[in-house]
Order: sequence, then structure tokens, then C-alpha cells
Amino acid sequence: MSQPRPILLKGGRLLCPASGTDETGDLLLERGAIAALGGELDAPADAEIIDCTGKWVAPGLIDLHVHLREPGHEYKEDIASGTAAAAAGGFTAVCCMPNTEPVNDSAAVTEMILERARKAGSCRVYPVGAITPGLGGKALSQMAELRDAGCVAVSDDGHPVSDSRLLRRAMEYASGFGLPVICHSEELSLSAGGAMHEGPTATALGLPGIPAEAEVAAVERDLTLAGLTGARVHIAHISCAGSVAALKRAQEAGWAVSGETAPHYLALCDQDVGEYDTHRKMNPPLRSAADREAVRQALASGVIEALATDHAPHSVLEKEVEFGFAAFGVTGLETALGIMLELVNQHLLGPLALIDRMSAAPARLLGLPGGSLAAGGPADVVVIDPKAIWYVDPVKMRSKSANTAFAGRRMPGRAVLTVCGGKVTFRLEA
Amino acid sequence: MSLKRRNMLGLYGVSAEEITTVLDTAESLKEISARPIKKVPTLRGKTIVHFFYEASTRTRTSFEIAAKRLSADTVSLSASTSSITKGETLIDTAKNLLAMSPDLIVMRHSQSGAPQLLARHIPCSIINAGDGAHEHPSQGLLDLLTIRRAKGRLDGLKVSIIGDITHSRVARSDIIGLNTMGSQVTVYGPRTLLPPAVETLGVSVAGSMDEAIHDADVIIMLRVQQERLTDVLFPTLREYAQRFGLGLKHMKAAKPDVVIMHPGPINRGVELSPEVADGPWSLILDQVANGVAVRMALLYLLIGPEAS
Repeated sequence: MSQPRPILLKGGRLLCPASGTDETGDLLLERGAIAALGGELDAPADAEIIDCTGKWVAPGLIDLHVHLREPGHEYKEDIASGTAAAAAGGFTAVCCMPNTEPVNDSAAVTEMILERARKAGSCRVYPVGAITPGLGGKALSQMAELRDAGCVAVSDDGHPVSDSRLLRRAMEYASGFGLPVICHSEELSLSAGGAMHEGPTATALGLPGIPAEAEVAAVERDLTLAGLTGARVHIAHISCAGSVAALKRAQEAGWAVSGETAPHYLALCDQDVGEYDTHRKMNPPLRSAADREAVRQALASGVIEALATDHAPHSVLEKEVEFGFAAFGVTGLETALGIMLELVNQHLLGPLALIDRMSAAPARLLGLPGGSLAAGGPADVVVIDPKAIWYVDPVKMRSKSANTAFAGRRMPGRAVLTVCGGKVTFRLEA
Repeated sequence: MSLKRRNMLGLYGVSAEEITTVLDTAESLKEISARPIKKVPTLRGKTIVHFFYEASTRTRTSFEIAAKRLSADTVSLSASTSSITKGETLIDTAKNLLAMSPDLIVMRHSQSGAPQLLARHIPCSIINAGDGAHEHPSQGLLDLLTIRRAKGRLDGLKVSIIGDITHSRVARSDIIGLNTMGSQVTVYGPRTLLPPAVETLGVSVAGSMDEAIHDADVIIMLRVQQERLTDVLFPTLREYAQRFGLGLKHMKAAKPDVVIMHPGPINRGVELSPEVADGPWSLILDQVANGVAVRMALLYLLIGPEAS
């Protein structure tokens, strides 16, 4: 690959939570790395100079939780389309969950994903390997092999490991190889058959409910096992107040635990299911307004350290059906930043905290490159226009799937330029 | 008279004025069923599809008789005869039906919200004949008609609904309609069969069978479905009948002019003792007769000559 031209991002608001930088200045990207930052920098002769006045210049966003659907479900998404969506949303790296077909429970699948990402990808792709072969919940995957092939964590996302002893063994074994365990925490015997959050809306709609306690009970168990094993445990897609409280207690106990939430839990609640809108059906489900507030506060305070999208593309085949039959999941890569900018406008968190939750924290939690503007680091950068108002149009998404929960929503701002490894991966057409 | 709507998907959002229009229309159409020749030409040339994704005998029969008394042409599809088993989606099936230009589709479906999905995709009128545990508006309306005929009013009545509220679309439509018309609704049943946050439906919850019954003007008993036993929602039919069934002993404690209703089919000896089901309080067969009238009214108001 030929070296891209140097890029000089001029006069933007440099935001780097790792160093606490929040100042106006230039950023120079050269040979795939951040060459210099701050003040007024001279551009090399062959550099592309981009005026960033009024814009935010930040480390590229990192998503700990996406479903790229390749291999196996390419009609929903593939690595090319999913990473293009990521780049358009300001992301320079994504972690892809193993519930593909075949499941990513072997080096062969991991290597295949990485090879596709190298050839067709618009951002860095970090595979997450399966905890159990085939996500079957019966045995341990060959985690050492998965790590050596390039997996950055293990998870049985979507198919929680119900057997507590097996999960304990998984945590112990994974920690021996430095692999964090990402838990999709759900007590299946409590959630079985449910279609949305249990509460007044489900009762009025006549839909079987999923109580928040199905999540809380599992979060408590998973965190308890983190305490027992000392493993690095990360709780995926936290949706309710009870899980926040459990995570806070576990952090106060000093355990190596962390959590993420997703944009829809910050912006929507169970009432937004409305008239059986399958684009508001995901797992865990949209919770009560009080849960939403607890999750928002936890993200603001840092109890929930990271924002992840749980980008889950589904085609109309899975979504334009009866609510009870519809698949769980919504896309998120192209709308996450807009939702987070809403939080900034609502003074829930500042710009630096936004970049922390979406870039620095994810990098820190899984030990990934990037997440910082420090000189010498990878030239993974996003330029954000916090005032570029736009309206979500599912037809115009880069994702192959249109199952956004935010169709028609007014977004306060967006990524206008994404650079990954010094290469422009997304540029908003004027 | 007409309704300011194309569909009848549920009683949620239907005004008291609209409900009164349906009930008054049903009253005026009741007389047709008493004629020697039980047929008027009102809906001649209209095509009605009865689209039943879930087994139904009485509701479908009631709709068919209603349509035929108004001279509409009817076609019936049920889960066993349609392409549902061939894996066709609801929307595809509906679009195929639509290509044959029906004027109205009456649909029953096991999934809550299925009629709403249909209504988003096809432009003809739709009547929800029961969707999952959501609503069954024509049953709600026929219950309102039955109560109004028995009590002369709906405003200010105390109505108790007893049994499986969680899985009952009849209960939801009854509660919504009764609240709209100014009645007070109390529910009672095993705690496992009362939905979470049940009071948000606009009801109070009785603490005992006696409390549910003693000052009720109307008691609606709901059917116990045998499959709830396999879901372990109550221990045995025996205990259910003892604790949540309505028997003669309860009638002594009830108001002298109380009336008993049940959407049918009855499990005799479970939720309702035979003496009560067949006793002077019982309006169960009036409900069936009123069902035809209410459905005629809905058809007339949605696709009749004065429909908007």
C-alpha cells in the first residue's frame, strides 16, 4: 500500500481525553501516524490542508460492539458495508461479535474476517471470539488460538452462557491469556418469550414482557464471577438502573469490571415502541424512562465507561413482520455520534467526555491502539461538525440494512471527515 | 351516520361518541335478524375477506352472518387453507388478497399488533377480530351493547372482570371501552394472570373474590385456557375453580340485579358453574346475538353507503 498524502487539519478544536487536551490548534498526520499537534503547524509540501475551523478534531471513534454479519448473513451486512457505515459515523475501529455463520470460534474464521477487513474494510476490525464453540454454551473455545489469530476479547453475545460453572471456567481461562470476557447478561428463564420491556406499555400492547430483572440478575451473577475469578469482565449493552447499581458496587469492590451502553438506551424508552414499531425492538429492550435516566447519568458520571452501538443490521425479512416474530436489533454506527451530540447539547456531558466514552475508553478497556491524539500514535482521527444538522434517512445509510431506530430524527451534528491509518475513509460531500 | 375512521383495530383511541354511534347503529340493525327474510341489500357488491390466522368458530361465524345479512360477498381463509404454512409473510399474503380488490378484511392473528402491521401496508378497511393478547374490539363493543341493553346506561356502572387478564384481548378491549363510557372496572384473578402494572390499564384490583363481586353491577368471567396450566401459571383446575370460579354461593353476596357475562366458550365447572351460566343473571346468549348486530354495525359504518 502506498503511503497516503500527509494531512494537515487546521484550526480545529483538538479534543484528547487521554491528555486532557481541549484547545484550538492544528494536527498533522503523516506516514499513517499522528506527527504533531497543537498550535500552528507548517504543512509538508505535498500535504492536503483541511480547514477545521469550528469543528472538533478528535481520535477516531471506537465501537466495542458491532455485528458485521460476515460470514454467513451477508444479505444483512458485510465487512465492506459495515465498516463503510462505521467510517461514515466517525469510527476508525470496530469490534465484531462472533455470532456469524460459522461462529467465530476458530482461528480460521478470525483470520478470514481480518483478511476481508484488510481488503475491503474502511476501518480497523477487531474480532471478538466465541466463549463456547458454536455459542452452544457447553464447552470452552480454543481461546489461546483465537487470541493469537487476532481476537481481542471473548463473548457469547446474544447467547449468554447460562451455566455458571462454565462461565467461571471461561473467565479463569480467558484471563490467563489476557482476554477480557464481554458478557451479554440475560437470565434466559426470566426473559424467555418476551418481546419488549415488561411494564405498562407491554401490558397495553398485549406483548409478553422482558423484566429489567432478567438483565439485573444476570449482571449480578456475571459481576460476582468477575469478583471470584479476578477476570477482566465487561458488561455489554447496559439498559437499566439495576445493572448500573450492580456495576457501581462491583467497581467499588475493586473488581476489574466495566460496562457499555448503546445510543438507543440513552435516547428512547419502552413507550417509543409505539404502534408495534419493530425498529424499536432490540435485546435488551428499550426500558422505562427512569431506567433511561439512570443509564444517561451513569454514562455521564463514567460508571458506564463506554458507548457502543450494538450495531445489529437486519433486513426487511426480519423486520417487516409481526412484532413478536421480528428479530431483535437495530443499526447504530451512523447515528451514534448524533445521539451523543444531543447529550452534549443537553449539558449531560462535555465534548471531552463524549470523546472519552466513544474513543479513549473503548481503546483503554480492550487495550486497542488509538483513542488518543498523542504524537506517534496511529493517524486515526475524526473531524466532527457539532452544528451540522441533518435528518436520519434510512435509505441513505451506508449499512446494507435500514433498521435504524432513529428514522427521521433531527441530529445536531455529525462526522465530516474520518481518517484511519492516515487514509481518508469518509468525507462528507458538501 | 358514519365513523371518522377506515379501520377498527382496537377501542384504544375510539371516542365515546364513536362508540355510541356503533351501539346505536347496532340497535337499529338488530331488527333485521328478527325478520323472516334476514337480509338487506346495503352491502351488495362489497367483498369481505375473513382472514383467520388463528382458529375461531364463533367470532368468524358471527362476522360471516353479519356480512351475509347485509348482502356482502364473503371469502374465508384460515391458517390451514391459506399460504401461511408455505412461509409467505403476512404482508405478501395481504398484498395478494388486496390484488383481488376486497373492500374490507376481518383479521384474527395470534400476534399482538398484526392488524396494525397490515394496516400500514394495505389501503383497504380492516377490522381486528382479535390480535394476540392485545385487543378484540368487536367483542368489546358487543359487551358494551349487552350491558347498555341490560342496564340502560354505561356511565357510572361497576364492572368486575375476573380471570386471566394477562392473556385476554377481550379484557383489554372491555376495559378500554368501559373506561371511555364512564364505567368503573375492577379486575380479579390469580396474581400470575394479572399483567404487570395492570392498574395502568385504568382498573382497580380486587383483593378477593368477595371484594370483586359484592358491589358489581356486571361481572364478566374470562375463559381459563388449558395451556396456562402447562405454563405453570396456577396449580390445578380444581384450585382455580374453587378460588376464582363463579358459583351459586357468590350470587347470594352479589347485588340482586347483577348480570353475568362471558365471551365464550365456557369451561363449565371451571370459571363458571353451570347453575350460574344458565341462571337468570346470565347474558351469555344475549352477547352472542348482540355480536351479530355490532358486527353488522361495524361493516355498515366502515364500508356502507355513508362511510367516509
